[in-house]
Amino acid sequence: MKEISNLAIDLESVGTHRLSATVGPESIVESASSLINAGMRLALVSGHDDGFSIRIVYLFTSGPPDRRVELHVPLDIEHLELPTLASISFSASRFERELADLFGITLLGHPQPRRLVLHQHWPTNWHPMRHDTVDPPKMVREAGSYPFVPVEGSGVFEIPVGPVHAGLIEPGHFRFWVVGETILRMKARLWFVHKGIERLFEGKDIEAGLGISERISGDSAVGHSIAFSQAVEECRGTQVSARAQILRAILLEMERLYNHVADIGALCNDVGYGLAQANALSLREKLLGLNREITGHRLLRGGIFPGGAKVVRLPTQRELEEIGYQFEDLVSQSTSNTLVMERFNGTAILDRSHAQELGVVGVAARASGISFDSRDAHPFIELGENFKVALHNRGDVLARFNVRVDEFRISLLILGELIKLQSSLGEVGQISENDIKSLRAGGVGIAEGWRGTIVHRVELAANGTLSRVKIVDPSFLNWPALPVALADTIVPDFPLANKSFNLSYAGNDL
Amino acid sequence: MQWTLLSRLSISILQIVGIVIGSPLLLGLMRKIRCRIEGRVGPPIAQPLIEIRKLAKRERIRPEHSSWIFTIAPIVLVATTLILVAITPIFSTGSTWSADLFAIVFLLLIGSVTVALSALDTGTAFGGMGASRAMTIGALAEPALLVALLALSVPAGSSNISTILVRSLSNPTWLVTPERLLALAAFLIVIVAESGRLPVDNPSTHLELTMIHEAMILEYSGIDLALVKLGESMRLVFMLALFGNLFIPWGIATKPGPIYLIIGMLATVAKVVGLGALIATVEVGMAKLRLFRVPELMAGAFVLSVLAVVSSLVVR
Repeated sequence: MKEISNLAIDLESVGTHRLSATVGPESIVESASSLINAGMRLALVSGHDDGFSIRIVYLFTSGPPDRRVELHVPLDIEHLELPTLASISFSASRFERELADLFGITLLGHPQPRRLVLHQHWPTNWHPMRHDTVDPPKMVREAGSYPFVPVEGSGVFEIPVGPVHAGLIEPGHFRFWVVGETILRMKARLWFVHKGIERLFEGKDIEAGLGISERISGDSAVGHSIAFSQAVEECRGTQVSARAQILRAILLEMERLYNHVADIGALCNDVGYGLAQANALSLREKLLGLNREITGHRLLRGGIFPGGAKVVRLPTQRELEEIGYQFEDLVSQSTSNTLVMERFNGTAILDRSHAQELGVVGVAARASGISFDSRDAHPFIELGENFKVALHNRGDVLARFNVRVDEFRISLLILGELIKLQSSLGEVGQISENDIKSLRAGGVGIAEGWRGTIVHRVELAANGTLSRVKIVDPSFLNWPALPVALADTIVPDFPLANKSFNLSYAGNDL
Repeated sequence: MQWTLLSRLSISILQIVGIVIGSPLLLGLMRKIRCRIEGRVGPPIAQPLIEIRKLAKRERIRPEHSSWIFTIAPIVLVATTLILVAITPIFSTGSTWSADLFAIVFLLLIGSVTVALSALDTGTAFGGMGASRAMTIGALAEPALLVALLALSVPAGSSNISTILVRSLSNPTWLVTPERLLALAAFLIVIVAESGRLPVDNPSTHLELTMIHEAMILEYSGIDLALVKLGESMRLVFMLALFGNLFIPWGIATKPGPIYLIIGMLATVAKVVGLGALIATVEVGMAKLRLFRVPELMAGAFVLSVLAVVSSLVVR
């Protein structure tokens, strides 16, 4: 904490690992750069409509040791102007564009001040997160078209794909500019599924909020509900029992297992190796069946709640062993196929410096040699010696495949330990409730979902309902990395590259 | 006993009927085999036939700016394949009016070029992409096929398929000569490439950006799509039957008469089913090659076929 306390910011402790300060818009660039220079990552930027002002909250994190610093920047409702952090953090520039769309904030000096979240057919003065905005307006028919950067030259072809795809895929429009088969540039146009989830939380009680958090991205029910529950617990000052923390960690790893297996199978399927896909799907089905017995829901819903965690039963060591055997069969089946490995190797390389600049997290970051895992940086439980950050350096599809394989193995080891450990502990449930410091202080929850770091920041109203929930799914940070990784990749390798990142559309476009 | 015009005609008709009904069934069988090996139940064997019948009833939609090429392509594809089937010895060598190997290769080429042109005609990005990929592969596969067949014609001293078949039946030692084995390997690679199967193209994918053949026929619907699907499956079966007969000629009817014909039919069905099952089984363990590796594979096939010709000339 030394270097942070040396900074010229007046920081006040608001949570277990969290410091907070209020700064004016004129000094935000300076304060933010000092935090980023101290090695912190911009994890979340959220807007808050406080009536007379719009408050912007920047959350910076780093770890280990677990450190979280918040900067609150109140903007007068008459002068919604915010200096941009785009020159010091790429992810900040995206968060800011989101703020501009949803809260109507004018960005000063932003290099790309165009819309991000809202498509062109929404009226320009409509900002759905402002409290005075009630009903969705009529869409503008004669909306301007999207400003694609033109790519010109002889032999350059443009290939538009989507948003409707051949298969059960979420909507995304990809535009390729190619020469022959080589991709010159790719633009992913997302945000077709804006559902207003963050607004939906407002005014709901905690229980209803938990239900929504489990459904933010169907495949990350545990990750999001853990982050949400932790944030609510920090708001209320709730301490959770050690056994509940263990159960949470168990559920989080179970979620990682079934998703990683599905991805490994899907990667094989994308190169036409259907046999591995069939085996992966059968293992996934087995895991989903087990999940159903664990929490009563195949996608592990209902296990996590603010204040604790509950399960119907836990997997036995024998079941874990069987899963392990079946998984090793699957891995050797795919890695021994030279055609498969040839397709994975060297495809869609995201190098370390790009990944770092873009603020990539999760599997994609670890495949590019960035040793960042929230289970290591922001642990809510000691995972023991079995836990290692799965790290690969090549940044290609094979590295992302290998990170998943390693993480699956590590997760199985962790699960074995945790299950042994929890049986020696008693009661599940919350231990104590402390006084709430201030409503503005809110609470932050961080969990390493299978895709990457999930961050929730929650503020409660005086009556205990949710007044603001800000969600950052890893997909939001990772989507910009896909076009970068595609440079010099050939068009027929795009589905493979895309699958190796496997980013969520729903989690990205809240 | 001599071949009468009537018997020749009836053999051609029989071959056409057999292939029209049999080829979707073979496709269904290959899918079934693949599914079973992967531990899945899979759709019924008759599924492709059911699909063709279903599509034939559906509305036909044509892209707004497409020209007559788009309209005639499915018909040309099916028609050239039917001509091929009518003139090539499949069940019996007596079907022959003029089954010259050059005619066979060129008729196959007309079909594939027309489909590629129709894909360009739609003016969509996918059509162009599919056509360019298919032609890149076709430009290497077709010569390989031509040269491989040429290698077989050298020892027989004729480019007529029937004559080649009859002569190789009377000289069974030809069947294991190096040039035959080389030509066999080249021909097999060409079949895999031309019919869009793994490792060249994935017949079960609808991942838009990796498709080759599926990308070309994306705009077809209704009866047009039914015809394209039928045409493609007939081409696969035709090539398998030709391959089977050239390399394992036994069983094919060389004399007129219903008994010989029935034996010939059974033998051809057995060969085609055997080869189809073999391809389906090998495919399970395969992955799709990176697109830029496919020309290397095709070049390999071409080299094999050239070696076959050279060796057939030297060995004589």
